[in-house]
Amino acid sequence: MLQVSIYRYNPDTDTEPYMKEYQIDTGGKDLMVLDVLSLAKEQDSTIAYRRSCREGVCGSDGMNINGKNGLACITPVSEATGGKGKLVLRPLPGLPVVRDLVVDMTMFYNQYEKIKPYLVNNTPVPPIERLQDPEDRDKLDGLYECILCACCSSSCPSFWWNPEKFIGPAGLLQAYRFIADTRDTMTEQRLSDLDDPFSLFRCRGIMNCVNVCPKGLNPTKAIGHIRNQLLQQGT
Amino acid sequence: MVTSVTSLGKNGLYDWVIQRATAVILGVYFVAIIGFLIANPELTYSQWHGYMTSTYMRVFTLIALLAMAAHAWVGLWTVSTDYLTTRQLGAAGTPLRIAFQAVCALVTIVYVVWGIQILWGI
Amino acid sequence: MANMRTLTFDAVIVGGGGAGMRAALQLAQSGQNTALISKVFPTRSHTVSAQGGITCAIASADPNDDWRWHMYDTVKGSDYIGDQDAIEYMCSVGPQAVFELEHMGLPFSRTEAGRIYQRPFGGQSKNFGEGGQAARTCAAADRTGHALLHTLYQQNVRCNTNFYNEWYAVDLVTNQDNAVTGVIAISMETGESVYFKAKATVFATGGSGRIYASTTNALINTGDGVGMALRAGFPVQDIEMWQFHPTGIAGAGVLVTEGCRGEGGYLVNKDGERFMERYAPNAKDLAGRDVVARSMMQEILDGRGCGPEGDHVFLKLDHLGEEVLHKRLPGICELAITFAGTDPVKEPIPVVPTCHYMMGGIPTNVHGQALTQGADGNDKVIDGLYAVGEVACVSVHGANRLGGNSLLDLVVFGRAAGLFIEQALKEGIEQRESSESDLERSYNRLNRLENSKDGEDVSKLRKALQTSMQNNFGVFRKGDLMQAGVKELEELRQRIANTHLEDKSAAFNTARIEALELDNLLEVAEATAIAAEGRQESRGAHSRYDFPDRDDENWLAHSIYDPTTKKLGKRQVNFSPKQVDTFQPKVRTY
Repeated sequence: MLQVSIYRYNPDTDTEPYMKEYQIDTGGKDLMVLDVLSLAKEQDSTIAYRRSCREGVCGSDGMNINGKNGLACITPVSEATGGKGKLVLRPLPGLPVVRDLVVDMTMFYNQYEKIKPYLVNNTPVPPIERLQDPEDRDKLDGLYECILCACCSSSCPSFWWNPEKFIGPAGLLQAYRFIADTRDTMTEQRLSDLDDPFSLFRCRGIMNCVNVCPKGLNPTKAIGHIRNQLLQQGT
Repeated sequence: MVTSVTSLGKNGLYDWVIQRATAVILGVYFVAIIGFLIANPELTYSQWHGYMTSTYMRVFTLIALLAMAAHAWVGLWTVSTDYLTTRQLGAAGTPLRIAFQAVCALVTIVYVVWGIQILWGI
Repeated sequence: MANMRTLTFDAVIVGGGGAGMRAALQLAQSGQNTALISKVFPTRSHTVSAQGGITCAIASADPNDDWRWHMYDTVKGSDYIGDQDAIEYMCSVGPQAVFELEHMGLPFSRTEAGRIYQRPFGGQSKNFGEGGQAARTCAAADRTGHALLHTLYQQNVRCNTNFYNEWYAVDLVTNQDNAVTGVIAISMETGESVYFKAKATVFATGGSGRIYASTTNALINTGDGVGMALRAGFPVQDIEMWQFHPTGIAGAGVLVTEGCRGEGGYLVNKDGERFMERYAPNAKDLAGRDVVARSMMQEILDGRGCGPEGDHVFLKLDHLGEEVLHKRLPGICELAITFAGTDPVKEPIPVVPTCHYMMGGIPTNVHGQALTQGADGNDKVIDGLYAVGEVACVSVHGANRLGGNSLLDLVVFGRAAGLFIEQALKEGIEQRESSESDLERSYNRLNRLENSKDGEDVSKLRKALQTSMQNNFGVFRKGDLMQAGVKELEELRQRIANTHLEDKSAAFNTARIEALELDNLLEVAEATAIAAEGRQESRGAHSRYDFPDRDDENWLAHSIYDPTTKKLGKRQVNFSPKQVDTFQPKVRTY
């Protein structure tokens, strides 16, 4: 039997959130946290959480698992609990809770949209694809794989304090994805859009984002690259 | 682009560069001071006075003083915009932040003026 | 009900996967008042899980490649019940659609020449099957679906598409003329129901793999579009045709791309034998998916499966070397370590055929217009309803889809429907009206759940349904088992009509959504069962012990399942492409 403690809050019925305990029969197997949640939901259909692909590529089930943000579907219980003690599930920190483990991600998406997350190329469109050297394409590795799960941004104190002003690690990683793309012609504009005291420079380099990214990406490094490019352009 | 009227450079890169450049200046300054103290274990007042009133040290101390003012301003401004906000404190956030920034500005200016006065008054 | 809000648009798209977003982009770019309803944030749609690539004759790997060769492969792959006019359209327009994706920013992998990287996939040939294996699948490492979906979302952000994210479409609204006037959807965050009224309602709701217990499909793939169409009385086509992907990770059901075999991986049985050489001497591991899946099952049934239970085979990749694996198949390496506990650089991955794709769906023409059959048996356009992507059956996949053709399908036909609707709106289509009682009918299901006082548990019934489908309608099918399956589903229908929604709260009530989804799973499952039992032959993915041969005399046809009578009819396959000669049915070997 696995003891599981789940953050519960239903705005229709609860005045404040509370932790609820569940006993889950895992059949002796080391399940993924998402599997445990679905077993808990069979006991109590009122538990709300997001999920879709259950293989770590859609980014739906980001949550705080025993104190660390991660994707429920690719986090084994043994990894979360260290093989002993109970499993504690809370919503991603720093974002408003809609219900139980479901958070309102509007602020997160707003910051993503702010960096103009789309390729801009004002040169005439060729009849085939735009050519790109494999070496130039390699620059996008470690950037384009982001799944927008918000594990990073919601583990970042700078984002907690200024979610309307600081783009956050996820958005900045994507900003650099387009800055680094040799096919994009808006690099200067993209850089100057980030050159204020908040959007980029609230990053203090504490690397919480790197620590939690379920895809193993490194937003701090991308932020460093943007800063260096700004430095080159501005000095 | 987020606009900020009370930040030092009103520009992220500028503030970032200032903070790092001033940090380097302050670092070198304190190495110089501590180096002098270590090199002169039996330090007398007249030795200390002579060292601090040399033109080179007067200029260096003035630069360090200005660097400290800029460094402190960027840092405290950042602290105020992290913690003294409407998000953290509700409606009181903005007046509190402005008041805090005003006090910081005043104290910084006072220290700079006073420091210059001491530096050239001794 | 009386106070339900109405939101009016030119077009409403249901589903935010690749097909829905491609259609939405077309309409948003042309300034049409378009809404896209999605039950998840769009980048969480199942297109994101597509790995290997998008098959298309862009002539990068082979400068002489020809879309006609791709068309030949697709027709052959479909076991000759793919519509040749639609396949011709897809293969010939494909390059344009893929280049557009690249121009939008899709980060394709590249060749040394800077062109899009293409890898070999199953069922691909040069020169109409005469020139050996082709490499025609355009890839962004093994994350092509992710790259494609995010690119389309990004372009929709750029064009200010109206997104209704985390809204769940409940039912179509139809009027007395059987025209579709819109859809009722519920906001998951607030629980509010709204009538989305539109001149064009586009279904891009994806597949329904969750009717099976073991599937590569996401948990959200519950056949909502097919369910809604069937409840509205509209037919579905070739719904018995379910693709079992050869390489799902044993036990977990997670997909391992065919691109692994394209890059040089191969399957082995417990004796370490590369058994596909016996079943498909030429194409070997890159035969059609139906052929490979059946061969694997045969190995397992003959006692040559791997593992203590002998219930899977191995996919061997280690001979490709660490560098190739990490460059070309990085996502697979991650998935194998997470879900199979094996590192493909060192050990083979345990795999087993797993439900993957619904070839059937809502019959449409190449413009995405949904079709039904008139009293005379001829095709009749359903006014106001369109379908694109996996939910639609154009039909380009026939009885078996080729790898990499689903991404092409959704981009080409999402685009085509967008273009057609854009034109139709410019020429002026009227907004059809529905009466209060029409709306009431579409609101029935929600009403019943809201008023349910007792009844059965949703998750238990869902499990029973999935188990029944898995046992009776798998890779190999038998008449008696299928008849038993149809009976089981009849009983399940009674029980599912009596599910109980215990929690009636409004905010993000996922129990309500799961109850609504179960109705759709049942509709798809029952249609599948009746159609599978009715098609008395073996063709493509539909393989029967009691009718082991293809029967072109009686079944070179689409099956059409009519939900109002629960009877199976037929519809002619199109053999009239416009630019090439008809590909005549031949014996299908690889």
